[in-house]
Amino acid sequence: MPVLCSSCSEKRAVLKRPKTGHSLCKACFFWAFEEEVHQTIVAAKLFRPGETVGIAASGGKDSTVLAHVMKLLNERHGYGLELMLISVDEGITGYRDDSLETVKRNQQQYELPLKIVSYEELYGWTMDAIVKQVGLKNNCTFCGVFRRQALDRGAIMLKVDKICTGHNADDVAETVLMNILRGDIARLRRCTAISTASEGDGVVPRCKPLKYAYEKEIVLYAYFKKLDYFSTECIYSPNAYRGYARTFLKDLESIRPSSIMDIIHSGENLSVREGVKMPVQGTCSRCGYISSQALCKSCVLLEGLNRGLPKLGIGKHHRLHEKILSQQPLTEHEQRKLKSVDF
Amino acid sequence: MCQVEEEYHEQLERVDTPSASKKCVKCKEELAAVVIRAGDAYCRKCFRESFIHKFRAMLGKTRVIFPGEKVLLAVSGGPSSCSMLSQVQEGVSQNAHKKLRFFPGIVYIDAEGGALGQCKEMRQKTTSELCDMFRSTGFPFYILPLEQVLDLPGSVLTPSPPSDQPGSVYKAAVDLFLQSGDSSSDGKAEEQECVSLPAVQESHTRLLQQLIGSAQTLTAKQDLLNTFRQHLLVHTARTRGYSKLMQGDSCTRLAVKLLTSISLGRGAQLAQDTGFSDCRYGGVTVVRPMREYSAKEIAYYNHMFKVPSVVIPNLDTKMPDKASIQRLTQNFVTKLQADFHSTVSTIYRTGEKLQTAGRGSSAAEDAEALALCCRSVKFSEEASALQATLISEQLSQSSVKPEPPANVGQCCSSERPCGGAEGTGDCCRSSSHLVGSLSSRDHEATDLRSLLCYSCRRTVRDMSSVDCLPQYVLSVAQRRQNRSAMKEQISEFLLDDA
Repeated sequence: MPVLCSSCSEKRAVLKRPKTGHSLCKACFFWAFEEEVHQTIVAAKLFRPGETVGIAASGGKDSTVLAHVMKLLNERHGYGLELMLISVDEGITGYRDDSLETVKRNQQQYELPLKIVSYEELYGWTMDAIVKQVGLKNNCTFCGVFRRQALDRGAIMLKVDKICTGHNADDVAETVLMNILRGDIARLRRCTAISTASEGDGVVPRCKPLKYAYEKEIVLYAYFKKLDYFSTECIYSPNAYRGYARTFLKDLESIRPSSIMDIIHSGENLSVREGVKMPVQGTCSRCGYISSQALCKSCVLLEGLNRGLPKLGIGKHHRLHEKILSQQPLTEHEQRKLKSVDF
Repeated sequence: MCQVEEEYHEQLERVDTPSASKKCVKCKEELAAVVIRAGDAYCRKCFRESFIHKFRAMLGKTRVIFPGEKVLLAVSGGPSSCSMLSQVQEGVSQNAHKKLRFFPGIVYIDAEGGALGQCKEMRQKTTSELCDMFRSTGFPFYILPLEQVLDLPGSVLTPSPPSDQPGSVYKAAVDLFLQSGDSSSDGKAEEQECVSLPAVQESHTRLLQQLIGSAQTLTAKQDLLNTFRQHLLVHTARTRGYSKLMQGDSCTRLAVKLLTSISLGRGAQLAQDTGFSDCRYGGVTVVRPMREYSAKEIAYYNHMFKVPSVVIPNLDTKMPDKASIQRLTQNFVTKLQADFHSTVSTIYRTGEKLQTAGRGSSAAEDAEALALCCRSVKFSEEASALQATLISEQLSQSSVKPEPPANVGQCCSSERPCGGAEGTGDCCRSSSHLVGSLSSRDHEATDLRSLLCYSCRRTVRDMSSVDCLPQYVLSVAQRRQNRSAMKEQISEFLLDDA
């Protein structure tokens, strides 16, 4: 006996929702998924009519689905937004150049303007070159820090008011777990916020419309809608610390599917005791980007790369900021400490 | 390269070779007997001193336990709580340097029969072992079966007002105690009050088994067991006049508990669950003096100084890794600790920096402790994970049109069968929109759930029927509902409370 869809009870159910366990037919699933994203956008008041919104597109499933859903909802509910695609080229051969082709195809399919910014033109370094210098253990730090700035620069070039990224519920839950494991209390407080609250030049606020969508549901959506995306993991990712948090989260999901939402709920309700030292937002003295130290992280990382001291950005180095700013050479001892790299 | 005058200005790198015979890092005289963290090797004497000192410093630094107070030690028989017991025993003994000045009592909750399903002989054996251990300490002790949780009064869930302390400032209290003389310290000479396992009715055991059994998943079972155990401990402390309850959670255990709480949705109440003192029960404060000891330290101490402990199996003993969330988290943390040695202490420090959310403005009236876990948390209703989950449930069930849906019944997937035949709405958290098609029993279930916090809702959702919950939970829930209905009726006449 075929199972009927639990929502319309007319058509046969073709899938089971990972989030709630209900059996749904295709049309009802599409409708439920899109409606949930719409409710998230409306409840959190993410956009205002007339804004220009940049969709951070990497060619992967999250950003492809995000572009599709944003375009659909913009037309269906009349948000009045102008949408654009922004893509970042980190220079990872075998991974990024293939996914960029997907983004270009998306651009043609959805008829949205596209802007690609690359690490090579912004910083003079590609990720492949960085990994050759840094090794396989700390390279995700470089990529993440550089990408954040690259997205902002791309957004400013395109003159968008907001950026939206395709972070899904699994990503947010992983981030909560990782910040606890790392002891990063400042990030722990901010990471469940659906949009960043930052005013100032050089920074564009960004939001996550897919925050409450499970990764599996995104894949189901893309599969049934026959959306075209690129599905390979970054070749440098197996050694990342985030992998531990991810395996743990996958195991949790297999025991209890709602635990992803439970973790996000916990993260939203955490509050930090008074008297705990928190970083204060300022600007970088060299490039003017936002930073909580004298020099922003990407300037420090770049300095390290350019001087051949790959460990300069990893670990604590506040005392060296002054030295770097004033262009003094570092002592022999410091140089040796920063140079050694364990593979 | 091979010149005569060549000198090496740079320092040659020296790698510390691990040697078998290292000196103790503290006294630097004796040979080290135990290595706690990488690089910290202690001899027997220094280890013992530092262990005892840590315990005293914990109590002294926080100044929560006033002299002359009655403190109840919750001993589970495991290594941490037995270590705590031996520390207290040593500290209270007459010849201790700077004697601890409170009056301890011991309590052990026997969950074997009801929850774990052990046979009577096993229960007797364990309790007699523990009895001997407790008797040798000389403190009054109580061994209670978990079945007593079914007879608890509803007052357990209401925070009682804290008893008046003679001096709320610690120093004043100490002076007062010293003035009144140390005569009361001989109070232990009175006959040792001991309550061992009273005869438990079979029916009660069956009821308890049914209650635990109504939870479909092991995670929910463990959660319920912990909650009820905690309730019984607090009740015992209250009725026997103890104002403090000491629990022996170690650093490792607390780190696991923190991660588990996050995974279960208890983030808002983390600080109370894992902090040093927990005041949500009003008159009884829960303290955790062993929270800075890692499990490794406790194991070494128990082994070297022969502290007795009893092995009592738990619900998730010998279970596979993914049997429950608690078990999975424990494995995860211990495995990660093996690779990254600072994992447990980092998690612990993160927990220390958190506080309970939503405190301060809510008065005792409004901050009604929630029906199961006694936490008082207000949820932000908009744009939160809770709201998103509710919306998902709604969208997946009812049809778009506002007619009452006729087929809520299909909502369950094949691998999560509903408990009762007619309780089809039971396993889904049906919101109040679907009232029409629900039976009255489901109506009750819905209303009970609205009085629970997020994670207790999740646990109850795993239960096949809400009626198995002990009477006190249901009656308190009923009373709270009545009160909120009353409040709604008169809301326009109430002036804004300050």
